[in-house]
Amino acid sequence: MHPALAVIFLTLFSGGGFGIMALTAIINDFQIDGGLNPLQTMIAVILSLVFVSIGMLSSTAHLANPKNAWRAFTRWRTSWLAREGVFAVLYYPFAFAYLVWVFFTAGTQDVVGLILVNLAGLIGLITIFCQGMIYAVLRTIRQWNTALVPANFYAMGLAIGATILAAERMIMGQPALTLVGIALALLAASAVLKGIYYFWISRPGGPSIRTATGFNRSTVRILEQGHTFGTFLTEEFGHTIPDAKARSIKLMMYIFAFIIPIAALVIGILTTQVAFAWIAVFSVVFGIGVERWLFFVEAQHVVNLYHGRQQC
Amino acid sequence: MRLGLVIDLDTCVGCHACAVACKEWNTSGTTAPLTDYNPYGAKPSGVWFNRIRHFEIGDYPYNKTVNFPMSCMHCENAECVTVCPTGASYKRAEDGIVLVDQNKCMGCNYCSWACPYGARELDRVSGTMKKCTLCIDRIYDMEVPEEERQPACVMTCPAHARMFGDIDDPESPVSRAVRDRGGYQLMPELNYNPTNHYLPPRVHAPIPTEELKKKAVRKVKEWVNRVVER
Repeated sequence: MHPALAVIFLTLFSGGGFGIMALTAIINDFQIDGGLNPLQTMIAVILSLVFVSIGMLSSTAHLANPKNAWRAFTRWRTSWLAREGVFAVLYYPFAFAYLVWVFFTAGTQDVVGLILVNLAGLIGLITIFCQGMIYAVLRTIRQWNTALVPANFYAMGLAIGATILAAERMIMGQPALTLVGIALALLAASAVLKGIYYFWISRPGGPSIRTATGFNRSTVRILEQGHTFGTFLTEEFGHTIPDAKARSIKLMMYIFAFIIPIAALVIGILTTQVAFAWIAVFSVVFGIGVERWLFFVEAQHVVNLYHGRQQC
Repeated sequence: MRLGLVIDLDTCVGCHACAVACKEWNTSGTTAPLTDYNPYGAKPSGVWFNRIRHFEIGDYPYNKTVNFPMSCMHCENAECVTVCPTGASYKRAEDGIVLVDQNKCMGCNYCSWACPYGARELDRVSGTMKKCTLCIDRIYDMEVPEEERQPACVMTCPAHARMFGDIDDPESPVSRAVRDRGGYQLMPELNYNPTNHYLPPRVHAPIPTEELKKKAVRKVKEWVNRVVER
């Protein structure tokens, strides 16, 4: 698949933004590490809103005809993309209401505040699920058609959120030991889930050039694609990556997305050096951005079988 | 009613006339134009509803070239319609034709991801998704003589390799052809249940090329050749 930056940013940033909101709700619900104070809560909510907005705005850059984008909310009965849009928009009033409530009443943990933040967090989590299902329902792409896709989106969205909240506490010089623990657990869980995903998609399977042409009992080779230069189909679906290159990029992804953030958070909490908190945040966002890029480049659409690929 | 095409891989000669006729008709049809990008430049490209691929089946000397025209299959389980968030993609209840409402499409490409057959192509100029309409502006046009109310690709095919009709009607010519010739659907494992069917190449008795019985004319020719050689 063509790794369009607009779509990569959509799931990367909005996933992280919803993760921040969900974890803000959990931290304030249970007053983990004393809970977030009003200033920290407002910073977290604003960060969440900024992240989600970056994701949503960049996704409109992917549309070839954005003047009809408002129609994307109409088919929520059948389309996961429409559901994602509906829930993403529904998230804003609750997140804004919580922000305004905390600003005027400092009520991060009173009844109204908790109801608002939990609703916002819940809607965010539902949106992440819808985003994962956009890809997971496609039977045409074996690497996406698995329940591991929404599971990975959850784990990584929450890992980004936890890393950012732990870093925020460290930067503001507040106790953050439990928050760091949560972030480490979520980062480790994401790394394991991604490993399971890579194991799963590495097994051969799915349609072949034989079932695509119906000549099931003989070898089939492409002689001519029927076009002299690229078409929409080759530009959108033709991207691929050599195995060796994919492996080295995966290694780099694991280092930036999981190993550096974990190490930086641990060193940061031990040495109380603020710089390590910043390193953790930038590293996890960059690393999971690379992960999302790989997610697209490794996805092999079955239409490639009609352009000569033997198996997808 | 379930309108669609049946394509005979035995007689298709791979001339691309169907693709050209399709482009000619539809570039001024309901979803017109079928934009060309850089048509006179170094790397011309553009929107087509119908593309013909060519495959080699089997290994030499038991190999065969098969020409493979592909357009929208007008699937019964049209995932492209299910995933469309705007409602631009729809499948007509009365005849099963899958269409894109150009006034509603926002160009998100999601339907093309859901299509296993590469039937949908984004027009980068209009910003909307375009696809085979089964020449809906022709097959229902009462101004056109009745025998010509068929898709442009079917009308033009010089090898009569394309048939148009109602797959739901068991006695229609297309259904008979599918039944008699063992017509099949592409990638049935994905369960899209495409309407278009493909008829496999007929099994012919191999034509012997050695130990041919020499005919009288050939004998005379050989004799003449020998005389001339001398």
